[in-house]
Amino acid sequence: MSALIALSGAQKYFGAYHALRDIDLEIGEGEFFSLLGPSGCGKTTLLRAIAGFEALDGGSVHIDGHDMAGVPANRRPTNMVFQSYAIFPHLSVAENVAFGLRKRGLDAKTQAEKVGGALEMVGLGGYGARAAHALSGGQRQRVALARALVLEPKVLLLDEPLSALDRKMREQMQGELRRLQRHVGITFILVTHDQEEALIMSDRIAVMFDGGITQIDSPEGLYRRPASREVGAFIGQMNFLSGQVRSGSEGFVAQIHGLGHAPLAADQSAEPLVAGQATFGMRPESLSLVFDGQARAASEAAGRVADRAYYGDMTYYEVALDGVAEPVTLSMKNMVGQPVLSVGDAARVAWDPRALIVFSGAGDA
Amino acid sequence: MKDSARGLALVSPTALYALAMLVAPMAAIVLFSFWTQDYLTLDTTLTFDNYREAVTDPIYGQLMVRSLYISGIVTAVTVVLAFPIAYYISFHVAPERKALWIFLVTIPFWTSYLIRVFLWKVILGFNGVLNTSLLGLGIIDAPLTFILYNLNAVVITLAHAFAPFAILPIFVVLERIDRSLLEAAQDLGETALTTFWRVTLPLAMPGVIAAVLIVFIPTVGDYITPRLVGGPGGLMIANMIQTQFLRLNNAPMGATLAVLAMVCVTVIALVFLWLNRRFLRGRN
Ligand SMILES: Nc1ncnc2c1ncn2[C@@H]1O[C@H](COP(=O)(O)OP(=O)(O)OP(=O)(O)O)[C@@H](O)[C@H]1O
Ligand SMILES: [Mg+2]
Repeated sequence: MSALIALSGAQKYFGAYHALRDIDLEIGEGEFFSLLGPSGCGKTTLLRAIAGFEALDGGSVHIDGHDMAGVPANRRPTNMVFQSYAIFPHLSVAENVAFGLRKRGLDAKTQAEKVGGALEMVGLGGYGARAAHALSGGQRQRVALARALVLEPKVLLLDEPLSALDRKMREQMQGELRRLQRHVGITFILVTHDQEEALIMSDRIAVMFDGGITQIDSPEGLYRRPASREVGAFIGQMNFLSGQVRSGSEGFVAQIHGLGHAPLAADQSAEPLVAGQATFGMRPESLSLVFDGQARAASEAAGRVADRAYYGDMTYYEVALDGVAEPVTLSMKNMVGQPVLSVGDAARVAWDPRALIVFSGAGDA
Repeated sequence: MKDSARGLALVSPTALYALAMLVAPMAAIVLFSFWTQDYLTLDTTLTFDNYREAVTDPIYGQLMVRSLYISGIVTAVTVVLAFPIAYYISFHVAPERKALWIFLVTIPFWTSYLIRVFLWKVILGFNGVLNTSLLGLGIIDAPLTFILYNLNAVVITLAHAFAPFAILPIFVVLERIDRSLLEAAQDLGETALTTFWRVTLPLAMPGVIAAVLIVFIPTVGDYITPRLVGGPGGLMIANMIQTQFLRLNNAPMGATLAVLAMVCVTVIALVFLWLNRRFLRGRN
């Protein structure tokens, strides 16, 4: 694959602090790629290294086949939407959008058309004459987007562009950004610490911890097959149960404390399965309550509801299972005709062995 | 109602003080400017005679023009030199060092204005520090004479005296510029230099204009510096006002010149304030 952006062995130090650890990354043309990780893990630093605002202390950045070493930000085929939007306060909306066009040597009419078209695209048609300071947060974000897109960059870099917006606005903009990206076909690299946002919007996601990339995969891949417990816990919710992996005549078998045993397939672990102590991950939706009168499930355990959170469409239960140290979290769709259990009620819990994910080594769970 | 009464009570001491020390003398000056004096007798009939004389006698006009000219040059020199200093402190000094630098900038204020002017006299004089050094080094054969007792000396002395007043407001606006704006400009294709012209300077203009006003307004009325280092060719309008009041014993004429000087400064200051309004437009 010929990647549009390729980083190899990228290193960055701030004094003694190792901010980027040996980053290898390839991003294809037209891809919507996200950098996801907790605060301070180095996402912004990585984005700024691609944009040309941070010089690397090791490794390389190639964009479209060209080595970017020594190429300043103003000569890279990237444009950035800053976290603070960085709208020029002394210019009007149209002047902001036209800022980068000056060097293109367009005649006034073509330039005005381009600016108008860009504003139209982000839903701000007719706002050109407005003063930049008279805009709402969401409108500023759109101006920043139009200002970058009007230059038709190969890559658009977005640093948490939605974090300053309220929830409603954020959800709306997530959809709009995704549509816009499909429409213009430009590669988007989005930095976010919101795992939901990354899952909704991206083609692929890189999960970063502590300056290094832990896993790169599609949203489903990350959710279904997290490479480590850290990733599993960071993306969505996950129960961790301790036990052993045994090798039997039919292949490997999971032996989980308090839940019993179940056969394992090879794709249920990021690494090759080996016998020994293991931690098993299970998503809340792969556990379910068995109500009275329902048939006994193949894999079932008994316990008591320890806590409950009712969301209307869903209920999240914390169930203390007999023989399991930590209560497990499970989610149930609230179907008509099914009771919602209360704290203290006895509960039967069915679990799906196919949804188990094996992490090697005994955890503290 | 009660609130406004309390507010009035709170400001009244200050207001009274300002009234006594500022408004009353000003009113007296304006009143004087419409009187006339013939040697020792003060004629208190209101008349425009002084104004007529001030406008028709070329000596006053020349002095006024020269004052504005000197102040204009002092202001330009001061602000142009202050900008790089403020820029350096804001952009290139480590944050924990900035307070120290600002402190250093204010060091000239530790000695009185008068003493600093005298010092310049010592530095710039015929047998002064500058000339003896340059002679000693063999750079010049005869002492430089164009640096004292003329307009140049006034400009040098005033520009030095007012430098901190120009540095501080420019520093404050530069500090307030969001650094991501500069990165955004570079991201959009501008070099460091064009970023300065298109973003930094326009955003710093309110501070530059504040610096211009702060330097220009007091220098027009300065009389110590022209008196001490200006020689006959470097005298300004304030020296004439002083002469009218104290030597020629013509307080009404002095008052008239003071009022005219005030009017000139006000008009120029208003132009700059209007410019500032235009630059401030678009900022909250
Ligand atoms: N200019 C700098 N000098 C020193 N340390 C820095 C600098 N920039 C970033 N760091 C450090 O590098 C680490 C990574 O910073 P970065 O801004 O990339 O984090 P991030 O993942 O974007 O976090 P957030 O989600 O909070 O924005 C942080 O610990 C930060 O303190
Ligand atoms: Mg960040």
